Amino acid sequence: MAIADTAGHAPHTGKPTGLGRWLFATNHKDIGSLYLWFSFIMFLTGGVMALAIRLELFSPGLQFWQPELFNQLVTLHGLIMIFGAIMPAFNGLANWMLPLMIGAPDMAFARMNNWSFWLLPPAALLLLLSFFVPGGAAASGWTMYAPLSTQMGMGMDMTIFAIHILGVSSIMGAINIIVTVLNLRAPGLTLMKMPMFAWASLITAYLIIAVMPVLAGAVTMVLTDRHFGTHFFNAAGGGDPVMYQHVFWFFGHPEVYIMALPAFGIISQVIPTFSRKRLFGYTSMVYATASIAILSFMVWAHHMFTTGMPATAQLFFMYATMLIAVPTGVKVFNWVATMWQGSLTFETPMLFAIGFICLFTIGGLSGVILSVAAVDTQLQDTYYVVAHFHYVLVAGALFSLFSAVYYWFPKMTGRMYSERLGKLHFWWSMVWFNVTFFPMHFLGLAGMPRRIPDYALQFTDFNSLATIGAFCFGLGQLIVLYNLLISLRRGPPAVEHPWEGAQTLEWRIPTPAPYHSFVEAPEVDADDNGVIHAVRGGTHH
Amino acid sequence: MQTTVESRHYFVPEPSHWPIIGSLALFCMGLGAAFAINEMPVGSFVLAAGVALLVWMLFGWFGDVIREGLRGLYHAQEDMSFRWGMGWFIFSEVMFFGALFGALFYVRVISLPELGNMQHKLLYPEFVPSWPLVSGPGIQATYEAMQAWGLPAINTLILLTSGATVTWAHWGMLRGHRRVLSNGLLLTVILGVVFLTLQMWEYSHALHELNLTLASGAYGMTFYMLTGFHGLHVLLGTLILAVVWLRVRRGHFDERHHFAFEAAAWYWHFVDVVWLMLFVFVYWL
Repeated sequence: MAIADTAGHAPHTGKPTGLGRWLFATNHKDIGSLYLWFSFIMFLTGGVMALAIRLELFSPGLQFWQPELFNQLVTLHGLIMIFGAIMPAFNGLANWMLPLMIGAPDMAFARMNNWSFWLLPPAALLLLLSFFVPGGAAASGWTMYAPLSTQMGMGMDMTIFAIHILGVSSIMGAINIIVTVLNLRAPGLTLMKMPMFAWASLITAYLIIAVMPVLAGAVTMVLTDRHFGTHFFNAAGGGDPVMYQHVFWFFGHPEVYIMALPAFGIISQVIPTFSRKRLFGYTSMVYATASIAILSFMVWAHHMFTTGMPATAQLFFMYATMLIAVPTGVKVFNWVATMWQGSLTFETPMLFAIGFICLFTIGGLSGVILSVAAVDTQLQDTYYVVAHFHYVLVAGALFSLFSAVYYWFPKMTGRMYSERLGKLHFWWSMVWFNVTFFPMHFLGLAGMPRRIPDYALQFTDFNSLATIGAFCFGLGQLIVLYNLLISLRRGPPAVEHPWEGAQTLEWRIPTPAPYHSFVEAPEVDADDNGVIHAVRGGTHH
Repeated sequence: MQTTVESRHYFVPEPSHWPIIGSLALFCMGLGAAFAINEMPVGSFVLAAGVALLVWMLFGWFGDVIREGLRGLYHAQEDMSFRWGMGWFIFSEVMFFGALFGALFYVRVISLPELGNMQHKLLYPEFVPSWPLVSGPGIQATYEAMQAWGLPAINTLILLTSGATVTWAHWGMLRGHRRVLSNGLLLTVILGVVFLTLQMWEYSHALHELNLTLASGAYGMTFYMLTGFHGLHVLLGTLILAVVWLRVRRGHFDERHHFAFEAAAWYWHFVDVVWLMLFVFVYWL
């Protein structure tokens, strides 16, 4: 343009200080850390709600909460965990690691990146404040089905606006990820060579952009039904409450993969590192991830087998759902094949990754069982469904996040976490997770409905067991908090290359990662799954 | 073209206070709107404060971006990022309209015929499904549908013409004909304003003479929601084009560096395509 300014063009070297560093951040590492800490706080917040739910369910009858508050807790637990904990955590990891893994100087839109993050606390605040307005928080379940959601108090309106804000945040975050991956890769790192984590983040971001606007549309229709006289979900004006479910699940099913695909990406980095082998079947992993994403758009009505639809439609959605098990199976077998004859060691990230594979497979298989329309008619809205999705979201998404945080902790902070505490955290979580959620399969098969604060006497034993498990599991998460905090301050300095099996680009830069890494794009000689043979150029400060 | 050395330095902006102001704005807007629609005190003030903050933020933020562009901080790679970003943003908008069109098709193809079938005779004995719906099933008031071949057809012509004028302006940009560029843009903005004016006139006609409101059941709700959100997008597009026109008048852009113009034009064409869908499925068929 008119005035050439090469001085302004070269990146600044200083590291901002004070509160402004976080409030005005444009550095992907700072924003990534904000995302991760925020999501951990939301994880604890949603976790406390989960414990409140389990407390009430420890024994039959109403002990602690009225049914209204119980339903509010169930709703907010779901919303907070999905939109406040899991999605931001994956976004935070993508923020931190993507530029390092693909040799980019930062995210493509660094300022917008800041806005993506800083929209989250206001949205979370709106959700949490809604507990204190007349009528309390939304009590419709996280799915906000009409006509429940078209009837509640103003807490529902706050939830709707919070979802709009969360949507804006995640769409901007997703655009940032896509553009970074497509446009900012280091020369030599072609698409079919880049790390699986980059692929998973890219495809997840695509899903987010495709479905978050649909959720925005659905809740907007709820809003106008509530306040502006429309009849989208009301038969009196020619609408249909079932339509809400169709629109919602068109968002909701891809959303499931938004929370699962990045986990697959993380596991595909961790397993090869600790198996000291290359990822088995890299190309098939890429295609499997893409097929899961495409298929996720045509299975939504399997959430609605009991709400009434033609048998032909039921069959279509049933088979389409089962089809997803194929690419997912490809992934599980590829991970197992990667470990096959590897020189395995079992550091904490690897433990969580193996735990992920075992438990996610259980959750995946119970998903296949639920996909059978005839079976689902029995199991719809029972604790079997609760068991199923907690196997994929807690043992799936959450375990992969722990794996990732332990795996990249030395690179992020320059310090080592305590391996002893890490292993304790893993085994503790592994045991108590199963104590909490495995009995729910039996409860569901025996017919215990979900989202109800009371239950029949014969369900008492398993419920008490699940509550004990949940409190122990929750307590165990303080181990990781303690471990991270203590290691941040007093952990032994991390060596330059803490995992000798790790071969991706982020392990080729100094530890801890310099504040401005790859100010100049490096040229890399790369191989499948981002394995780097040689790096030329690429400066940091 | 850029030299290799130059394109290797990707522009990373300095820390900025605009995003956090934007977050505060959206928080006020969300909270204020929730209070306002529930007739709670101070709701509308908080909402207005949020809107004001947002407008301030947009001026400040885009101002920074324009200044950075003028200082020559954006090169080929940054330009490509902007293009990808705008493309994906428009895709997200497409999906938003997809949800509303999905609702339109659902009520027309599934819920209305179902409400008129034998099983629902007990509930709505009088109801005969038709499109456009003129009353019922549970609504007593009658209303009329908007005719396609009056104002809406004229509006279609206006938007299609504006698509041509913005392309004419682009042609002027690419060949360095500033006059063509400026006039083409101004003409597009004027056509946008004319469209919006006619649309408001149409709404007033619908409200007062056809008795058609948001609460008029399946036809009224899909009509107002789809045309209303489209109208908001035309308004936004017109504002964007007006800003680009003002920048052209100040001598911004040249043959190679004019992403803002292209983004505005893409957005305008997107709004145009949505209108064509609306004209076919809301007004005509």
